[in-house]
Amino acid sequence: MAKQNKKIKKDVINKYTGNSWAYTKEVKDHFFKPKNLLLEDPKKANLPAGRHGYDAEGIVGSPACGDVMRVWLKIDSKKDKIKDFKWRTFGCASAIASTSMLSVMVIEKGGMKIDKALKIKPQDIMKRLGGLPDRKIHCSVLGDKALRTALNDWFRKTKQFSRIVVDGKQILDPNTKTTEADIEEAVLEGATTLLAVQKRTKVGIGYPSCLPKVEQLIRFYREKYFGKE
Amino acid sequence: MPKQRYFDYAATTPLDPKVLLAMLPYFGKEFGNPSNLYGLGRNASRAITESTKTITSILGCRPDEFIYTGSATEADNLAILGIARANRDKGKKIIVSQIEHKGILAVCDVLEKEGFEIVRLPVLKNGLVDLDVFKKELDERTILISITMADSETGTIQPIAKISKIITKYKKNPRATLGQFPYFHTDASQATKYLNINVDKLGVDMMTLSAHKIYGPKGIGGLYVRRGTKINPIIYGGGQQNSLRSGTENVPCVIGFAKALSLNEKNKKKEFVRIKKLRDALEKGIFSPHRRVAEEATISKVILNSHPTKRLPNFLNISILDVEGEAMLLYLDELGIMVSTGSACNSQNLEPSYILAALGNSYEHIHGSLRFTLGKGNTMTDVKYVLKHLPIVVKKLRSISSLDLSLNQKKWQNKIKK
Repeated sequence: MAKQNKKIKKDVINKYTGNSWAYTKEVKDHFFKPKNLLLEDPKKANLPAGRHGYDAEGIVGSPACGDVMRVWLKIDSKKDKIKDFKWRTFGCASAIASTSMLSVMVIEKGGMKIDKALKIKPQDIMKRLGGLPDRKIHCSVLGDKALRTALNDWFRKTKQFSRIVVDGKQILDPNTKTTEADIEEAVLEGATTLLAVQKRTKVGIGYPSCLPKVEQLIRFYREKYFGKE
Repeated sequence: MPKQRYFDYAATTPLDPKVLLAMLPYFGKEFGNPSNLYGLGRNASRAITESTKTITSILGCRPDEFIYTGSATEADNLAILGIARANRDKGKKIIVSQIEHKGILAVCDVLEKEGFEIVRLPVLKNGLVDLDVFKKELDERTILISITMADSETGTIQPIAKISKIITKYKKNPRATLGQFPYFHTDASQATKYLNINVDKLGVDMMTLSAHKIYGPKGIGGLYVRRGTKINPIIYGGGQQNSLRSGTENVPCVIGFAKALSLNEKNKKKEFVRIKKLRDALEKGIFSPHRRVAEEATISKVILNSHPTKRLPNFLNISILDVEGEAMLLYLDELGIMVSTGSACNSQNLEPSYILAALGNSYEHIHGSLRFTLGKGNTMTDVKYVLKHLPIVVKKLRSISSLDLSLNQKKWQNKIKK
């Protein structure tokens, strides 16, 4: 990530890690003026489609972790496209900005094909935001996951079961073929830090771009099975 | 850019111009090393002696009972490490509270690895240290107790004199075979500004002070050490300060420290009343706004994170549900309001505030916490400005938020599970 950040004027830099603290203009813009926010009462958004409701809904995160994202989609089934993307996010500036940016990416140019939307990675969102402070990446960019959860909801509703992407089977690291289920198992066996998980799975050692996601998963499962702290 | 309004005086304070004036000569003409015998050195030495007298007369102790350090953190380290190393043959148990400054807790973690037994006392929901647990833990192996006078997140005031009495009473117990042990240390970094810090009234053996929390310079703190206390240094060298803290004294900062402390002592009572009035107005305005205020100007679902009354007069720590602290902090910053939060997003290690967690707050509450700490520069206009804008910020962020937490929690958990 550091490479992409180079062009941004960094006003505060940690002298030990070289990480920037500053948010880019794009992040600030989306944070202070969020785009495509769900304005109506979320309960109304959940009405069946046709009664002002949305076709699909997805939610990820936990209030205890500090980030919860919810997205609502309207889908053009004939063109297999996402027509509308609305969202609500509980979280810090980067969480809010990244969901807002994702919504723009999905519905710009007349809407995104579902297959393309399924491939969006946190890195794509960050690129559009002009980068994020490194320490913020793993916790706050959950938007792509919320989007996939919503699309799974759509696939379920329209009985396209073969298209459902089960995150647990999703391969995180193509080199080692590590899946989310592998991470879960490692955490259950007591590997609660990235280093410990890497010792078991070798995840990300030759494919570091998956590490933010791996760290987030470790956090999630650590809290799930061992509670806070 | 809007007018800047600082509400983070617990983080640090600006240098009082009078303090700066007192310090200036020692950066320039009077640059001598106090260890040197010629005139220039003697001038510096004399200035330090005078400053130390000023400080120790406020503490009610002898000049040789006070050691200058590079920070309050160093003073905390000296108290804990210094006692532990000097007395490890007497006992290996140290009692602290869960809401100590990191300068205490981090060094205790190190000692734990060296074989010391560390007891971290729990605190009650209102922020007060659980004294029942303390009494049970106090035993003949205990060599040191360290309990903060007021913590840095909630400003809750611990009953130091009362704890001291418990210790004194315990020492008279035939079970207490260790005579002068346990020693009692308190960190008064936050408390100095508003509370009485007479060491005999408090009954402490050691006490940490910080200069930059009382409009003094950064880079200097101090430790009161009662005469006869067996303590080792943690910094070794030329033997300055009775060999307890080697290194050339930071002359300008020593002068500044003494000046700041004496100015603070002079204005203490007046400032206590003035600040408390402002803080109470802020608190009241947030929790129970005037009936005539329009609904938009109120905030629902707010929690007070501290003791309602036993609290430093400048502290207000609240949790606002459904919104995240860093997001609020940045929106407020846009309006010129500077505050602090215990949210994980604001910390280096992405863990929420351990002090608010010790109070029994759930993580989702801590993520929505805001700490206002008032000081010299604040006026009623500032308070009114916050009361006008905070509800707008909260409303805006709640309109973005995906949460609708209930005050009694738990409800969301099932919702998220799937």
